[in-house]
Amino acid sequence: MSEVLRVENLRKSFNDLEVLKGIDLTVAKGEVVVLLGASGSGKSTMLRCVNFMEIPTSGRVFLDGKAVGEERGGRIDYREAQLTALRTRVGMVFQHFNLFPHMTALENVMEGPRTVLKCDAAECRRRGETYLEKVGLGWKADAYPAQLSGGQQQRVAIARALAMEPEIMLFDEATSALDPELVGEVLETMRELAEEGMTMLIVTHELGFAYAVADRVLFLSQGTILEQGRPEEVLIRPKEEGTRNFLRGHGTFRLPEPQLD
Amino acid sequence: MSYAWDFAIVFRDFDLLLLGLSNTLKVTALALLFGVPLGLALALGRLYGNWMVRLPVGFVIEFLRTTPPIAQLFWFFFALPMLLGVEIDPFRASVLTFSLQSSAFFAEVFRGGIQSIDAGQWEASKAIGMDRRQTLRRIILPQAVKRMIPAFMERAIELMKTTTLVGTISYADLLYQANSIAQSSYRIIEVFTVAAAMYFVVIFACSLAVRRLEKRLARSGETLMH
Amino acid sequence: MDYVWDFASVLANRNLLLIGLKNTLILGSICLALGLFLGLFVGAARFSGRAWLYYPATVFVEIFRNTPVLVQIMWFFFAFPILVPFRIDAFTAATLGLALNTTAFSSEIYRAGLQSIPKGQWEAGKAIGMSYWQQMRRVILPQAVRRMLPAFMNRAVEVFKMTSLASVIAYGELMYQAKMVSTIFFNPIEMYTSVALIFFAVLFPATILVRYFETGRKAGR
Repeated sequence: MSEVLRVENLRKSFNDLEVLKGIDLTVAKGEVVVLLGASGSGKSTMLRCVNFMEIPTSGRVFLDGKAVGEERGGRIDYREAQLTALRTRVGMVFQHFNLFPHMTALENVMEGPRTVLKCDAAECRRRGETYLEKVGLGWKADAYPAQLSGGQQQRVAIARALAMEPEIMLFDEATSALDPELVGEVLETMRELAEEGMTMLIVTHELGFAYAVADRVLFLSQGTILEQGRPEEVLIRPKEEGTRNFLRGHGTFRLPEPQLD
Repeated sequence: MSYAWDFAIVFRDFDLLLLGLSNTLKVTALALLFGVPLGLALALGRLYGNWMVRLPVGFVIEFLRTTPPIAQLFWFFFALPMLLGVEIDPFRASVLTFSLQSSAFFAEVFRGGIQSIDAGQWEASKAIGMDRRQTLRRIILPQAVKRMIPAFMERAIELMKTTTLVGTISYADLLYQANSIAQSSYRIIEVFTVAAAMYFVVIFACSLAVRRLEKRLARSGETLMH
Repeated sequence: MDYVWDFASVLANRNLLLIGLKNTLILGSICLALGLFLGLFVGAARFSGRAWLYYPATVFVEIFRNTPVLVQIMWFFFAFPILVPFRIDAFTAATLGLALNTTAFSSEIYRAGLQSIPKGQWEAGKAIGMSYWQQMRRVILPQAVRRMLPAFMNRAVEVFKMTSLASVIAYGELMYQAKMVSTIFFNPIEMYTSVALIFFAVLFPATILVRYFETGRKAGR
């Protein structure tokens, strides 16, 4: 299996606070990896270092086997142009969608191909319509974000990231800001993407989703990977005490299976 | 009051007053035409330039905003020509002065508008690989400009009032015309009152239009409180 | 640029400039004080909503906000004296124009400030038997003033800038002195540059203060 993403000894500090304390991670092509952890464990920071929305304090990131940044006398130099180019190959979906409010759904999706990839008009439109259709919102092409529900907005945001045809998709708590009844449609979209073979790195609180969709689950605690493995191992038979406490907190009030059919 | 009001003079010379008004509007319009783009350039320089750009630009903006417009006008009309060894006529001096003066205020309006855009918009643009220029051009400025329209229009109205100074360097604006008619005809109250009324009508009309626009924008959730 | 700057002539006339600066500060302070004081009553009149107070106040405010200051000053200097039996010198005319102008703008600041205080505050004062002006003085204004401070300081900077217009009717403030000296000594560059620098030196600290208060207010909310 070819490796899409590799992270070696990644560390990130904000002023005096060290948030990531040496993370090693490899994601293979088509793999779906879920990052779990309590608030402050560093999982969002970890994700944001992958597409360099945050610059790591130390450690290396490799995309497709090629190192990002150049080693210069013990430090890594990152040129903005290289980072900008990298972000065209890594897609990110945000907790708060961040759609462009002055553009329609279709225009939002076409914006990347148009302005960044400089695709011609026909190609932009093809990508726009294809990916909007893929997330099930082709019929809302001319709607503005303000006219869409939260779940619909997030799906447009996913389409916008997909339109760049990235090698890996990053999801930063994509459903945490949604009303509960809208979470399902977004998770469903993410599941379809996984089944089609997209390489995904997902930060989420949705344990059921992780169990059903992930190939591998990582549990982060205080800036390091405490435990990782297949979903059945980490979520059902956790080995570490930290993982157990986390899952215990999550399962305090559990709904028995509702009879919905 | 034993004063005999007589507006006949005013009606006779009304065309002179109108000429003055049109000159006022001409200077204002040109100053806006140059001032707005210049203001944008200054704002971008102050926000995104390296320190060698940011400091001088910041200084220029603050200097233009805290010095009285009449001092600036006199400097550009009397001092600059001596400095450069060229002649400058009142019209050009006026346009130059008020273009620069208004640009400093517009720079602050732009700055406020740009900074008011939610940080998430920068994040999203960055994440699909846009650089700063692309983000500003495609995402930030289009949203910011919509919000800044009321502030712009208020600045434009302020500019209309500020340009009334140009009579002091003998450019024939409305006040200058009013003054010369008044001095020669001795119908001082009538002429000045009519001139004041003309200013009031034009400026008040613009002001009402801006207020209506603000209400409409506020309803659609798009204004920026300044 | 082969012009030879000669600031010696500026220094030689520094007394005149200092007199000008003094007159600027006097005119500015008086007009600011009058404007801030009277503005409260006009602002309260507009805020009250009672028709017999609201309409005259509104007419006053709209007239003085929608005409240029220089027009106001010149009207008071040339036109007004004809209507009244006493003489009006440059200082009085400038004061009338600037003070009334400042009153109009300040009244808007007061009105916005008063409107920003929740109605419950008025009711609380009323309920313990306070009169209108007691509520105003003890409950409302202390809270409102803190919010209005940045706007008032901006207004103050504006007033001092506007005093330079009094030079047009030959009031001996800073701009006027510079004009006089430059016509005699033929040094407009140095004189007007100096005037600009003096205004900047005096007013820039005030704008920094405004910035400081504005951010402080946001943090405190």
